[in-house]
Amino acid sequence: MIELTDVHKSFGQNEVLKGITASVQKGEVVCIVGPSGSGKSTILRCINGLESYDRGEISVEGLKVDRDAASIVKVRTQVSMVFQRFNLFPHRTVLENVVEGPLYVKKEPRAQVLERGRVLLAQVGLAEKADAHPPQLSGGQQQRVAIARALAMQPKAILFDEPTSALDPELVGDVLGVMRKLADDGMTMVVVTHEMGFARDVADRVLFIDGGVIVEQGSAKSVLNQPQHPRTQDFLRRVLHPL
Amino acid sequence: MKGFWHDAAEFFPILMSGVALTIIVTIGSLLLSTVLGLIWAMMRVSGIKVLSMLGASLINVIRGIPIIVLLFYLYFVMPDLGVTLSALQAAILGLGIAYSAYQAENFRAGIEAIDKGQIEAAQSIGMGWWLTMRRVVLPQAVRIVLPPYGNVMIMMLKDSSQASTITVAELALQGKLIASSTFKNTNVFTLVALMYLTMSIPLILLVRHFEKRAGKK
Repeated sequence: MIELTDVHKSFGQNEVLKGITASVQKGEVVCIVGPSGSGKSTILRCINGLESYDRGEISVEGLKVDRDAASIVKVRTQVSMVFQRFNLFPHRTVLENVVEGPLYVKKEPRAQVLERGRVLLAQVGLAEKADAHPPQLSGGQQQRVAIARALAMQPKAILFDEPTSALDPELVGDVLGVMRKLADDGMTMVVVTHEMGFARDVADRVLFIDGGVIVEQGSAKSVLNQPQHPRTQDFLRRVLHPL
Repeated sequence: MKGFWHDAAEFFPILMSGVALTIIVTIGSLLLSTVLGLIWAMMRVSGIKVLSMLGASLINVIRGIPIIVLLFYLYFVMPDLGVTLSALQAAILGLGIAYSAYQAENFRAGIEAIDKGQIEAAQSIGMGWWLTMRRVVLPQAVRIVLPPYGNVMIMMLKDSSQASTITVAELALQGKLIASSTFKNTNVFTLVALMYLTMSIPLILLVRHFEKRAGKK
């Protein structure tokens, strides 16, 4: 349902994506791993048009992703995003954050949306926080609200951009738990992450990216347990055994 | 001192009619400068090159002309071009336009202070430019913008006295008229100063309230 064909992207002189070709099937969980600065986040940001790309083509459900076209709204309502730094709206309550998109972008009936919002908050374990404001919550709680906000759009896929990187270690588990449940329920997910344990247990497929190209890809077990490429081996060694 | 209170009692009613005009000019030009300032600021942050350059040029032209010249232009030159404004209309229009440049820069600073992640989050749920502004950026920018906005209110209250140069009989001009007919300069202008101060104090307190709230987050 998400197709990338030979995608190139430069920031000034610096080419961060050097021809990415990949696809994500419906119901699949794809983890993107690799060193920082390798272009992982840029791929996600190109998929929902937060970033433009210079060459190649990206499509979502057959719809070309073009951030300057009116159709980008349709892409974004089908593909939600969860950010590293949560990016909740601090001036609105938790429940208002969750229902903002369905209410004001998709213009769904209020009563129905509020009901769905409460159900989603219960799903991520934060039903009692509906009327709190985001700054009153811990990072882990905020990220779970952000996931509920993404789900409220009833998307066909969710993109996660290092969702646990800004969290204190003891809060990572709650967020990963919610994500694992989503994966079990059949949500299509693309996850940029440094959590190799999560990738190994949950991902159907892992892409290892370095220097703007896909160095290696395959099932989570093959890429993470028996990496073929020396760069993958080197990266995994440093991540898994930092000392 | 006894003489002062005696004069104060005598001149106060006349000066109060000036106060009424001072308040009308201040509120009128405050509203106008807010609307115009918002428009210029929106043009500047629109991301459309032509609009943002036009906005920037407008702001610079307005900023580069003294208020008093702007007032003279509206009141004395416009009639030659076939547009006759009353002194009050010219005062509100002139002060409103003059202050719109400062308002615009203040609003723009507030808008640009909003974290880029907020805008991305809004875009990622499908919001367009205007919805992002209305639902996400502006409500947060208001908090940042309010303290300097309060300062502009105080400056406008005082600068409304410039309307006296085009015959608007507001507080400063009423004072001048009384002083020149009675020669009681000290008592009259002390009273005028006290009356401006009295009107400023609530605004000063308001700014302090805004600052506290903005600092709290």
